[in-house]
Amino acid sequence: MSYLSLTDADREAMLETIGVASVDDLFRDIPAGVRFDRELDLEPALSEAELVEHLDELASKNVHTGQELSFLGAGIYDHYVPAIVDAILARGEFLTAYTPYQPEMSQGVLQAIFEYQTVICELTGMDVSNASGYDGTTVAADACYVAKHVTGRSKVVLCETVNPQVRQVVKTYAPGFGLEVVEVPHREGVTDAEELGRAAEGAACVLFQQPNFFGCLEPAPDLAAAANAAEALPVAHVDPMSLGLLEAPGNYGCAIAIGEGQGAGNYQSYGGPHYGFIASRSDYIRRMPGRIVGETTDTAGERGYVLTLQTREQHIRREKATSNITTNQTLLALAGLVTLSWLGPQGLREAGETCMALAEYAKERLGLPLLFPERTTFKEFAVRVGRPAQEVIRAARERGVHPGYALKRDYSEMEDAILVCVTERKRKPDIDRLSEVLAEVAG
Amino acid sequence: MKLIFERSQAGRRGSAIPNAGLPVPEVPEELRRRKPPRLPEVAEPEIVRHFTALADRTFGVDTGFYPLGSCTMKHNPRVNERVVSLPGFRDLHPLQEEEGAQGALELMWRLQEILAEVCGLDAVSLQPAAGSQGELTGLMLMRAYFADRGEADQRRTVITADTAHGTNPASVTMAGFNLQKVETDARGNLDLDDLRAKVGEETAGLMLTNPSTLGLFDEHIEEVAAIFHDAGALLYYDGANLNAVCGISRPGDMGFDIVHINLHKTFSQPHGGGGPGGGPIVVRDLLEPFLPVPAVVRKDDDFALDYDRPKSIGKVRGYTGPFGVFVRSYAFIRAYGPALRLMSEAAVLNANYMLARLRDAYELPFDRLCMHEFVLSARNLKREHGITALDVAKRLMDFGFHPPTIYFPLIVAEALMIEPTETEPKETLDAFCDAMLEIAREARDDASVLKEAPHSRPVRRLDEVKAAKRAIVRYRFGDHPDLAGEPSKGEAVEVQKGA
Repeated sequence: MSYLSLTDADREAMLETIGVASVDDLFRDIPAGVRFDRELDLEPALSEAELVEHLDELASKNVHTGQELSFLGAGIYDHYVPAIVDAILARGEFLTAYTPYQPEMSQGVLQAIFEYQTVICELTGMDVSNASGYDGTTVAADACYVAKHVTGRSKVVLCETVNPQVRQVVKTYAPGFGLEVVEVPHREGVTDAEELGRAAEGAACVLFQQPNFFGCLEPAPDLAAAANAAEALPVAHVDPMSLGLLEAPGNYGCAIAIGEGQGAGNYQSYGGPHYGFIASRSDYIRRMPGRIVGETTDTAGERGYVLTLQTREQHIRREKATSNITTNQTLLALAGLVTLSWLGPQGLREAGETCMALAEYAKERLGLPLLFPERTTFKEFAVRVGRPAQEVIRAARERGVHPGYALKRDYSEMEDAILVCVTERKRKPDIDRLSEVLAEVAG
Repeated sequence: MKLIFERSQAGRRGSAIPNAGLPVPEVPEELRRRKPPRLPEVAEPEIVRHFTALADRTFGVDTGFYPLGSCTMKHNPRVNERVVSLPGFRDLHPLQEEEGAQGALELMWRLQEILAEVCGLDAVSLQPAAGSQGELTGLMLMRAYFADRGEADQRRTVITADTAHGTNPASVTMAGFNLQKVETDARGNLDLDDLRAKVGEETAGLMLTNPSTLGLFDEHIEEVAAIFHDAGALLYYDGANLNAVCGISRPGDMGFDIVHINLHKTFSQPHGGGGPGGGPIVVRDLLEPFLPVPAVVRKDDDFALDYDRPKSIGKVRGYTGPFGVFVRSYAFIRAYGPALRLMSEAAVLNANYMLARLRDAYELPFDRLCMHEFVLSARNLKREHGITALDVAKRLMDFGFHPPTIYFPLIVAEALMIEPTETEPKETLDAFCDAMLEIAREARDDASVLKEAPHSRPVRRLDEVKAAKRAIVRYRFGDHPDLAGEPSKGEAVEVQKGA
């Protein structure tokens, strides 16, 4: 099977117009020494029906969220994706368009991005959002780069309660960016503001997460204040699905808000593609990475939208650009916009409340010791299962339940801790079942 | 057209959320949201109409011909959308235990094997989220490689061509290298004399697109590779134009050590209005130890994620990479199988056919056969009639085509960079060429119709200068400024659009 349209007659006519005898002649500028002289060693071509059968077979070897009662979260969440997301993302105009360089061809996608930017600003309490970043990890590196340029400082402070995936990515980018990374340990599951304030001295930014990786609510306003006191930019990594209930970072002094958008509108998809968001105060607009859409008018005075502030960007500014980003995650961000429009302020709040209520019920129902019993949590919490967490997970999975994430994978001292995630997609009987299974398999 | 916020009515809603019938715990007051976010309050019927109207005002490959040079706007097979939506892929959590993700890991492993074969290299990381992140990752590998050899302080410079995509120099800076540019010679190849003068002990490597952004294969690529390797430096292949050479010439055989592939160009991940993409990197074995984690490895009949790579540069993106992109690209390649060469042959044939039809009406800066794309210049129209590449682009919209990339590469004045891809029928190529020839005639006979174009789109030419000056980048509800009354600052600006 192939997706080609030329017939033999087309080919002959075209070669004649070009003035060459064969298709091979078109490649005469390729030196003989670098021409590939055999067929690619790939498996035989598949027809469409065979392709579906083959992919179906691969997919069936995976255990997905619909097959196993799963309480996995840890940064990627099983929130409900409304049916209209599938319908709207399947529109070929959205699916198969490129970056809207020619605005008169692309008013629809440009307006959608403008609306997305507005929604992100509303959620986070910020003035400016870009058109999206790759995911919730790379936007953290982007934020550190902005902070370095804004402050002229090179130290970045990461709270240990920030998703380890995020911290790992920042550390990978750090040498190239000329950043020095310092981490602040947690105290009983959250960050101590005074300790953070000391680390923030001389730093470009401080990155914390709300709710944090353990699901605990950080004293976020105190953390932001501690960073501001040291003139380091406070950067909050936030869960969009929490922002109907939790205060927006822009309303407690943060300079930049970032996050993983997946929970708002994207399927889990084994980790991607998803969208990251980054928003800031207007002061930093000219340091923002990636695409930004702005409003303007056409020659008839009608409202329209264009890619704007492009003198920040690689295709204009080249080696002096604020970032090398070209591709972003527009289609996934569109899914976010559709989902957040569908939720509305009331739905977002209710979804958060249902998560929080079910998670609280789960804490009580499981009856296991909490890792951080003093803390208020949102939709995730850490329990201790009395023996190595991996063993408990394995035994529970044999009973059709995935109880959550083994925190030892990132925090070596948390041998017997499982991070349990409860979204609005769970029901009370699901939690009762988790409780039964853990009662059987926990130590 | 109204913004979705302007369709909003207090108290209206689209969603019903399950209520657990359980008490909701208190959020401590100092952390509680005081004022709800002003998300749209719209019912489902209006949401669907709103986004349908936005789709109607958007042009995709599904709508029509989209010859945006260096972007490879080919047809996106719909079977790929079907398979990516299989629950076993779509609803799989990235932290699922490996024994519960064997199908996903097998797919990733198979894709790694395919990309290594297509590139003629040894090892693959699927992790980078886009071509630009692939570039940055590749440069981090260079850095790690030289650090491992104790040459980190010495190898500080990366060389790029003056035809390079803007991402190349931007990535060089972000990776902490210094940039040096090398010129293009009269035939559109790298200028070997300039190159020899600039490569030395401080050189870490070269970043090159081959075929270049001029759509030309570098005729001296073997000598170029020798110059760098003899100096102890590495060669990086920007895979943006890989669509020209699959099964015809492999970057590894050309002498490149690191390659990034744009899965959303060559291997048909739909572009989605600007993303998602995928930017896997493929490397020679000497660079494998430095690849990002995780890699997918095969152990007998099982597949696993390998994080145990002490020399790895680390993670460049969260979790297991943009998996949905892998599914689509894998399906795309499996549909061709060993005959993937036919894809590149058709892409190159289509481009040369258009070039042959248009070369007399526009200027051709380098008189050679092209590969999968070619660059014309409208400087003859500008000189004779005051018509710019931008005018040509805007007028093409009235003929129902997306314009080509313009004002890029930077070394060609009034550049029009045209990439038809392999999936277009001859009739479409002819219709586009007819339109380009008609526009060249209009430039002579009726220039005002070009200056005022487009005439048929939902908006007229947009004022980009005003947008940049005012920087209105979000809706401000009751305080939103009205730009309609403000005088125009200028018109659309002559800067790179596309690539």
